[in-house]
Amino acid sequence: MLIKKPSDILSSEITPRDLYLRRREFLQQATALGLAGTLFPASGALAQPAVPVTEPGKLAKLPGKPSPLSATDKKTPYKDVVTYNNYYEFGTDKAEPAQYAHKLRTRPWSVTIDGEVRNKKPIDIEDLLKLAPMEERVYRMRCVEGWSMVIPWVGYPMAELIKRVEPTAKAKFIGFTTATQPDTMVGLRLPVLEWPYVEGLRMDEAMHPLTILGFGLYGEVLPNQNGAPVRLVAPWKYGFKSIKSIVRITFMESMPKTSWNVAAAHEYGFYSNVNPAVDHPRWSQATERRIGEDGFFQPKRKTLLFNGYADQVAGLYTGMDLKKLF
Amino acid sequence: MLGWSRLVPGSGQSGWIKAGVFALCLVPFGRLVYGAFANSLGANPIETITRSTGWWTLFLLTVTLAVTPLRKVSGAHWLLKLRRMLGLFAFFYACAHFITFIWFDHWFDVAAILKDVVKRPFVTIGFAAFLLLVPLALTSTDAMVRRLGRNWARLHRLVYAIAVLGVAHYWWLVKRDLTEPVIFATVVAGLLGLRLYWRSKGRPQER
Repeated sequence: MLIKKPSDILSSEITPRDLYLRRREFLQQATALGLAGTLFPASGALAQPAVPVTEPGKLAKLPGKPSPLSATDKKTPYKDVVTYNNYYEFGTDKAEPAQYAHKLRTRPWSVTIDGEVRNKKPIDIEDLLKLAPMEERVYRMRCVEGWSMVIPWVGYPMAELIKRVEPTAKAKFIGFTTATQPDTMVGLRLPVLEWPYVEGLRMDEAMHPLTILGFGLYGEVLPNQNGAPVRLVAPWKYGFKSIKSIVRITFMESMPKTSWNVAAAHEYGFYSNVNPAVDHPRWSQATERRIGEDGFFQPKRKTLLFNGYADQVAGLYTGMDLKKLF
Repeated sequence: MLGWSRLVPGSGQSGWIKAGVFALCLVPFGRLVYGAFANSLGANPIETITRSTGWWTLFLLTVTLAVTPLRKVSGAHWLLKLRRMLGLFAFFYACAHFITFIWFDHWFDVAAILKDVVKRPFVTIGFAAFLLLVPLALTSTDAMVRRLGRNWARLHRLVYAIAVLGVAHYWWLVKRDLTEPVIFATVVAGLLGLRLYWRSKGRPQER
């Protein structure tokens, strides 16, 4: 492989600065002329390379201020975080999202805000990115399948957005919807789940300081397979609750439908809080394998109630029978 | 009759064919061993090993079940010479699968293993299928075939039950995407159905 040193690159090969600065304008013009598709198969300033991203330093920077709410666990290696994903729109094998998600168009992108809310205007992703200061939140992530990771997310509290859009008194729940792009999402062809993917939170869960809208990880924008350009992160719930690539946020009076609950109600409840005492009907939830750590030389570790966030979130569920409302 | 089936391999050739199939059956295992050392089994290597050994058990079991129908249809009776080896390789991958379960999943915690076997239906049937494979492997030698006589064939009909349990085990553990379990179920049902069909036609029972 030929690796060019900086000195090997002729200055004439470098895009002139003024052209570079006008690249978005150029792209818009190209799009208007219908050229973008042929000139740039995945057009847009944030388009991701066809070769799967497996190391940091390839995507746009997105720093966040360290947060006291961060976990102190050892972080899962970047490569594992971006190559082992459940994103069924890109295939049910966990290696598939990293292979196919680069096709996802993340610009233009806007998020519809509707339902029981005063400010119903759609929010463009660029405005959403600027809505509140970015923080780095290192969270444990526990998948319902029995594995876990520790991921340094970049984002801000969901509450920041909720306050700005002013929900009405009737709003008791929030429903979230993932994008559907039939031409980029190969997995939509299989009726594995009902599309689009939908998720939901109770209003107090969404307002909880731990709940964030995530835009990045490891100090960079989200790789597409991790739910670019914007996703939810609720670290005390099983991973599938933290919906990816959000296009719609709906404030509701009654409990919203959630995809896994629709698919198998007896296996996946609305709350889906991490709970070692409530098994999945087909497998145990008592232990988990920490990706990159537990394996050949270390046994699986014990799963903690609310994924170790009980001190912060147990109050949301006082008086509730967690075995029934799983 | 297919043309190739009349090409009965001589004793020297059949040795080569056996050696080739033996080597082929070892490829998936070799890849796992290499991958474990080269760290190329993905983010969750244990899951990769568990899935792979399980899949190859079921695949080889299905191929073993296909030998008799294939031989009847094609007339290539020499295929029978491969059947014992294929069956033993299915057992080999089942052992590897079972070891990953007791080692990596439970770290040899006998209480936890027993709890899993009793409480989880998909583990129960997988475990049952494994236990049923053991007597078949133990009685696979020429001496045992001779010693058991007609009972040998009776005993080895257990393989039908094992295949059904194996498919059910796979079907039951899949989270949502049933594509592969459905394919296995269809092929196994077809292979067992053929036997029932032949039996109803009153053909002489073959081992």
